[in-house]
Amino acid sequence: MKELNVKELQILAARIRLETLKVIHSRGFGHVGGSMDLADLMAVLYGAVMKYNPENPRWPDRDWLVLSKGHAGPVAYATFGLMGFYPLEDAYTLNHPHTHFPSHTDRKLTPGVDLTTGSLGQGVSTATGAALGNKIDGRDNHVFCVVGDGEADEGQVWEGFHFAYAHKLDNIVYFIDNNGYQLDGPTATILDHGDIARKAEAFGLYTQQVDGHDVAAIYNAIVNAYAKKGVPSCIVLNTSKGKGATFAEVSHEHSSQPSEEKWAEALAAAEKALAEAEKA
Amino acid sequence: MNVNLIGKHEKDSRASRDALALTLNEMMAQDKSICYVDCDLMGCINTKQLMKNYPDRAFEAGIAEANGAGIAAGLAATGKKVFFHSFGTFSSRRCYDQIYMSAAYAGLTVHVLGSDAGVTAAFNGGTHMPLEDAAMYLSIPESTVLDPCDYEQLKSITQQLPGITRGVTFTRFVRKDVIQVYGEGTQFEIGKGVVLHESDKDVCTIVTSGIMVDEALKAYESLQAEGIDVRVIDMFTWKPLDEALLLKAARETGAIVTAENHNTACGLGSVVANCLAHNCPTPQEFVGVQDQFGQVGPQSFLMDEYGLRAPVIVEAVKKVIARK
Ligand SMILES: Cc1ncc(C[n+]2csc(CCOP(=O)(O)OP(=O)(O)O)c2C)c(N)n1
Ligand SMILES: [Mg+2]
Repeated sequence: MKELNVKELQILAARIRLETLKVIHSRGFGHVGGSMDLADLMAVLYGAVMKYNPENPRWPDRDWLVLSKGHAGPVAYATFGLMGFYPLEDAYTLNHPHTHFPSHTDRKLTPGVDLTTGSLGQGVSTATGAALGNKIDGRDNHVFCVVGDGEADEGQVWEGFHFAYAHKLDNIVYFIDNNGYQLDGPTATILDHGDIARKAEAFGLYTQQVDGHDVAAIYNAIVNAYAKKGVPSCIVLNTSKGKGATFAEVSHEHSSQPSEEKWAEALAAAEKALAEAEKA
Repeated sequence: MNVNLIGKHEKDSRASRDALALTLNEMMAQDKSICYVDCDLMGCINTKQLMKNYPDRAFEAGIAEANGAGIAAGLAATGKKVFFHSFGTFSSRRCYDQIYMSAAYAGLTVHVLGSDAGVTAAFNGGTHMPLEDAAMYLSIPESTVLDPCDYEQLKSITQQLPGITRGVTFTRFVRKDVIQVYGEGTQFEIGKGVVLHESDKDVCTIVTSGIMVDEALKAYESLQAEGIDVRVIDMFTWKPLDEALLLKAARETGAIVTAENHNTACGLGSVVANCLAHNCPTPQEFVGVQDQFGQVGPQSFLMDEYGLRAPVIVEAVKKVIARK
């Protein structure tokens, strides 16, 4: 784990936001909301926390990332491109015929993707299975698994937590992207979770809740998670769906197909945010 | 292929499940990459010994099959050869999307075991009677689907499964009593059917598997007594189907009867018909469960009830010969 450098991570997050927009813009439409709100997490993970090797994406001692909310693929494609897993432009084929960059993350197609997701809930189990496999092999690595708050409607998510607790998997960290929205609207009006952090805690996970757009807070929560032995960790990220995409950050819409004009506006704003982060 | 056919219609003294449990126990000692995941049903198939002997590689997922299937897929992603068990109803219906997407679609091999094949679920009744399990697995691309008939065959299959590294596999098997069809030393190869009887006078071929193999052998004997020669093939390998063997039989005998412990709507009869329709259209009759739900009762009652019996096969043979 690298030392925390807040400014560096904020710049990286801004860059990831801009690139995520460019990736989705290459197709014109896509899951903007749930991709953009993860930029700060991805910056912390790939800028400071995770062990990975772009030359050898399946390096056995790597840390794993599982986007159980697989529709956030574009933020992963932007991040992996920035980290050198492939030329960024490759990801501008998002959802084109025979692309290696599909809507939902696919381990057979994209370097850097560890497990295939898309059917919500399943990534929690497979990530947990991978953590178990790494533990059997005595590896000193971690699995990071990102779960949507809407996704947490699925019973399988809680089955996975239950398993990780029972098998004392302290080499996995679940992030719940607590953006308050799912496909049909606000999570509270669709199937209210109540206090999701308390629920995770009740399942035996060492649970922290932080501002998901504060890179230092995310970093410190991971440091705490690493220090906690014998129990799996959960970090609830309070986020704003669509953060940094001008056309989505107010409505918190699930998927977006803005006009070219709106795209231009969003891309310009993201460029500006990056420039400001660099200047700060 | 070395076939040691016993075919005396006598029960094997060994419980079928031990062919899996004892073999897996030996295999796990040899191959440290084999893992086992169960959903609170180890006690039913005698695999608790795996947890005892290999506590770091045999796991309870609890009564949570969807998660268990995902755990299995995740283990496979770390390079493990994974066996995953529940009753056939639950290792198919309860985790189909998980096996489909997390394992098969993701290019991860998981060896799924479904115990209590078809009517052998007997006293657990209709809620526990898998008559569509194979149908579900047959429709997953790259899958392997197997319906072994006895101890020797299940043992041989168990030994071969870790060698399959592409696609998911599904093996439906009987937990307890099985008729011993094969003697020791019989070798089986996944993808290759077993010819149990053949002559150049055969006027029909019975293609069967699982508990129906013994019924087919009885049907063969009654037909012989009536002077009707038929070929009998144990097609335990539903997918990959032994197409060459099937087509040879279809060409040489001109009529087919399939007999299965499964819904005929999407089972052995269907894969056979599919192959014949493409390559060698042949009259066929389908013995098996006729689009019905399971129900509770002794296995012998259920076999009568659903027509999973030698006389039904005999009638089907006569009917199909008349259609030639
Ligand atoms: C099993 C399953 N059901 C439905 C969907 C369709 N779907 C995709 S995303 C989504 C909403 C997800 O909301 P959430 O998990 O909160 O994601 P986020 O807000 O972070 O985008 C739905 C219903 C799916 N992919 N999988
Ligand atoms: Mg959400």
